[in-house]
Amino acid sequence: MAYSEKLIEHFKHPKNVGTLDKAAKNVGTGLVGAPECGDVMRLQIEVDEVSGVIKDAKFKTFGCGSAIASSSLATEWLKGKTLDEAASIDNMDIVEELALPPVKIHCSVLAEDAIKGAIENYRSKN
Amino acid sequence: MSKEKLVYLDNNATTPTDPRVVDAMLPYFYEIPGNAASRNHPFGWKAEEAVDYAREQIASLINVEPKEVIFTSGATEADNLAIKGVFEMYAQKGNHIITLTTEHKAVLDACKKVEKMGGQVTYLEVNDKGLINLADLEAAITDKTIMVSVMWANNETGVIQPMKEIGAICAKHGVLFMSDATQVVGKIDVDPREVGVHLMAFTGHKMYGPKGVGALFVNRKNPRVKVTAQMDGGGHERGMRSGTLNVPGIVGFGKAAEIAKAEMHKDAERLSGLRDKLETALMNNLEEVYINGSKENRMPHVTNLSFKHVEGEGLMMTFNQNIAVSSGSACTSASLEPSYVLIAYGLGDDLAHSSIRFSLGRFTTEEEIDFTIDALTKGVSHMRDLSPIWEMYKEGVDLDAVVWSAH
Repeated sequence: MAYSEKLIEHFKHPKNVGTLDKAAKNVGTGLVGAPECGDVMRLQIEVDEVSGVIKDAKFKTFGCGSAIASSSLATEWLKGKTLDEAASIDNMDIVEELALPPVKIHCSVLAEDAIKGAIENYRSKN
Repeated sequence: MSKEKLVYLDNNATTPTDPRVVDAMLPYFYEIPGNAASRNHPFGWKAEEAVDYAREQIASLINVEPKEVIFTSGATEADNLAIKGVFEMYAQKGNHIITLTTEHKAVLDACKKVEKMGGQVTYLEVNDKGLINLADLEAAITDKTIMVSVMWANNETGVIQPMKEIGAICAKHGVLFMSDATQVVGKIDVDPREVGVHLMAFTGHKMYGPKGVGALFVNRKNPRVKVTAQMDGGGHERGMRSGTLNVPGIVGFGKAAEIAKAEMHKDAERLSGLRDKLETALMNNLEEVYINGSKENRMPHVTNLSFKHVEGEGLMMTFNQNIAVSSGSACTSASLEPSYVLIAYGLGDDLAHSSIRFSLGRFTTEEEIDFTIDALTKGVSHMRDLSPIWEMYKEGVDLDAVVWSAH
């Protein structure tokens, strides 16, 4: 399967790989997927408590190239957004940006779920 | 031209055609264009001679009579001919076939068809080494059983079944023994009669011959086995497989058999050394690497490894510009299901997703193996740096206790 250049770039040089302190009050963590399904995505946001803007985002993903690229892209998009703006990111935006083939659409759904999970986790703490 | 190195370690998918085979085939496209069934002119005679010679070369490799070799378009067709052909031919005797859950789809789907045609099929489980349980086999045989179909060696793991023991059980109960030997013919010694195999499917393109040509060995004496043709037409191949013979392909298949007979032992010895080097180095360089299937009963050129907490397709993407391998990961299959073979060995879905099959071949060099060791070590380390479950594992989190959101 031939992937788009953008996807390969995100896969080869993923942005924002890492771990934030999940115990911190201003960090929200979304962990979605399952090892037996072949993909697990952990996406974290660090929110500026005054402005409500996401100032940092990190991810780690176990999965195929599309899953890794989708999470890398998601973290790029999250930075600088308010929580409401972040919550409006749609999986189809990711599909379009990375030109994901139909069998890989679930990777973008997983990324959207991870974003929503991280926001929910942050909101539950604040 | 890219100067990047390209390493081919997917020889169980298909092998490159040996240049000596190509040379043997070339005259049969233009200079000698005849139809082997044309009995009345020199073009036909020459084509027939060439086919006869190839049949002898192939028969000699597997120690059978030339007349027992029925040419087909490949192993899939040979599997279909054996299974459906025996089912139809032996309908008077019974309707029950026994096979394994780890067979190739060509066998499994032919068996599914037999079930639709009113047959009964028993799919035996294998143990965690990928091997048949002989007691289960014997217990599954009934008075309606007409055939047992067991692949000689598995395509994904290279695990070799105890053919002699299976053959003895089949002989004891008077049932036919069929084997898909696609991955073994031309690689290790294969003598169907010695182990009691009555029908055996194999193909040219897994043994450095061309694609589009294969064969079914059909035992002619004690017992004389017959199969109902699945392709109707001019009655070629003793009535078992109609269709104009693929003369250049058959010539190439024959040449490939001749070369294999002369060189396979030397190849096997060299390749098992390289395979062991690859396996040992990866297991030394990396933690949590597992060999899938029996290490003792295995083809010399194959290793199937799982790199825990790394997904196979993603891992392949770290090096697939340079190295060709296969994965049991769901993401590499159209069905989005991980390898049913590895699942049958008892692997969890997570380890099946993490598997890579390396299959070496005649043209694999030590330098390529060194390059692969380096690329895999870097690739797995990179993917583990990205993997949240590797991080959790390193922190001592019990992954089985985590409630995952399956999707």
